[in-house]
Amino acid sequence: MSALAQAFARARNENRAALIGYLPAGFPDVPTSIRLIEAMVAGGVDIVEVGLPYSDPLMDGPVIAEAADRALAQGTTTDDVLDVAAAAARTGAATVVMSYWNPIERFGLDRFAQRLAAAGGSGVITPDLTPEEGLAWRDSTDARALDRIFLVAPSSTPQRIATVVSACSGFVYAASLMGVTGARDAISGDAEGLVARVRSATDLPIAVGLGVSRGDQAASIARFADGVIVGSAFVRAVAQARDADAAIEAVGSLAAELAAGVRRRNGEVLP
Amino acid sequence: MTDTVMDSGHYGPYGGRFVPEALTRALDELDAAFHAALDDPSFGQRLDALQRDYTGRPSPLTEAVRFAEHCGGARILLKREDLNHTGSHKINNVLGQALLAQRMGKKRVIAETGAGQHGVAAATAAALLDLECTVYMGEEDTRRQALNVARMKLLGAEVVPVTTGSRTLKDAINEAMRDWVSTVERTHYLLGTVTGPAPFPQVVRHFHSVIGTETREQVLDRIGRLPDAVAACVGGGSNAIGIFSAFMDDPTVQLRGYEAGGEGIDTGRHAARFAMGAPGVLHGARTYVMQDEWGQTVPSHSISAGLDYPGVGPEHAWLHDTGRARYEPVSDDEAMQAFALLSRTEGIIPAIETAHGLAGAMRLGRELGSDAVIVVNLSGRGDKDVETAARYFGIEGAPSP
Repeated sequence: MSALAQAFARARNENRAALIGYLPAGFPDVPTSIRLIEAMVAGGVDIVEVGLPYSDPLMDGPVIAEAADRALAQGTTTDDVLDVAAAAARTGAATVVMSYWNPIERFGLDRFAQRLAAAGGSGVITPDLTPEEGLAWRDSTDARALDRIFLVAPSSTPQRIATVVSACSGFVYAASLMGVTGARDAISGDAEGLVARVRSATDLPIAVGLGVSRGDQAASIARFADGVIVGSAFVRAVAQARDADAAIEAVGSLAAELAAGVRRRNGEVLP
Repeated sequence: MTDTVMDSGHYGPYGGRFVPEALTRALDELDAAFHAALDDPSFGQRLDALQRDYTGRPSPLTEAVRFAEHCGGARILLKREDLNHTGSHKINNVLGQALLAQRMGKKRVIAETGAGQHGVAAATAAALLDLECTVYMGEEDTRRQALNVARMKLLGAEVVPVTTGSRTLKDAINEAMRDWVSTVERTHYLLGTVTGPAPFPQVVRHFHSVIGTETREQVLDRIGRLPDAVAACVGGGSNAIGIFSAFMDDPTVQLRGYEAGGEGIDTGRHAARFAMGAPGVLHGARTYVMQDEWGQTVPSHSISAGLDYPGVGPEHAWLHDTGRARYEPVSDDEAMQAFALLSRTEGIIPAIETAHGLAGAMRLGRELGSDAVIVVNLSGRGDKDVETAARYFGIEGAPSP
């Protein structure tokens, strides 16, 4: 069983959703990003998503886009991202990399898969790669037993959902709303219906992301999804902290709040 | 006319769709609406009428006799897209896409713009067809092209200055994509060139193919044979694809594209995707991209905002690899010399983008010799560039930067 499958199975046995936390490598710098990920895991994150900073992140809102700009300005490279992924995996948490497609293509598909597997990574989320364009990626990830995570969206038709989930392994990333990354006050009403549609097409775990920033939101998603993905809220906590130690503390306590949220799914859900 | 789309939006290994899943459905809908429109005679009639009565098509073909004296004696014919309403070829595409938006029941269009020519054209089409219009423009460019910002606002569009990344065209495209993914239900993304995810390169090519169709007929009428070469500047590459499209299957007609060599391709300050870039993925398509060893996009540079883009249309990438078309960089200085020369010899002030194609034709004329006939797509007029040119040439009375 892959590390991702184990993480979802463990959460299911505990009658809760898994918590997936995202932070970009190299933000605010490479060593600090490793310490932040360790704090996120200590706070209760089950699965770590290491972001590969990219120059043109067209699915990201301002919080993550600015963090990526800063990481790139620091000179963060794909090699650094793989080092951060290795450090994340050493915490014992299942670790995936989230990357736009061009940096992977430029690095080399086989080479990237080989290096990530050697680093102890479990899979890759590719937000701008469609299954149709991902045939070669399928071979590269299969050769290294890495999971491939593609996205579904509220606009996805049933046929489209069937296509996407058949290309996925590990879990399915369900975008809760039509939009870019970033915290929202309310969770989109589209999310629950989307998860139900995906559920009828696959046995894979389904994790919901986009817009989730608080424990009560995590709790309400945990009622119907297998995983809750939080990104911008962690990045914002780092961006707003006055120094590295404060950032580490903020990330740890946000992780703890969200971890409590995903455990609160039965009955005690806040509105 | 052959369309080099090989299968589902690919041009050889180029093109395709590299987009968030949330956009897949909108792209499928656009593809369906586009093909339904092609099969619907009333759509074609409506577009033809607008092109004739609103844009002023067909645009003339002007022989540039005095300019040709500087082109190795070759005959130079100019396809006058600068005489279209709004002053460039951009109007061809926006009218077509705005009609498609109406057909899809979308009340709002968004657009990206660099120099502002596409933004102005989009705002124009939106005004004409009663659509809401938002234009994304890099903050840097809103300063450089303040006149076009004012034009867009006069036409009723909202102009959003983009402050992310390098604050230029590539970031305006990112921001337009972000808007689109959030509002796709009621919004059409009126993309301005032959880049982006399928079917955009095919849609935009189609609406500009009128340039090539007219040119081929006009040249045959004028000289009784096909030209030896067709030349155009290439930013995203829409004016070039438009004029190339009618000559793809004429092996005796050379297709030549001229990209921005900026301050020189050795300086790093250029937009020479073919000379210095490598295949990669940018803004939804695989194509030639200016990128570093890690696949991060490298900022481009050109004196012309319209060529200042680190990617290029995927069909051009395929034409480049197959050798059907040839692409060469033209430096800022060469382009400005051609700009001045055309102004003084023909009384036509070209856009600085277009001047890259003219500089290319000067080179090409010397290469092909005095028997050659070269058609240059005069894609836009230079009114918007007067300030830049005055400063470049140190003309007295020029506004100080």
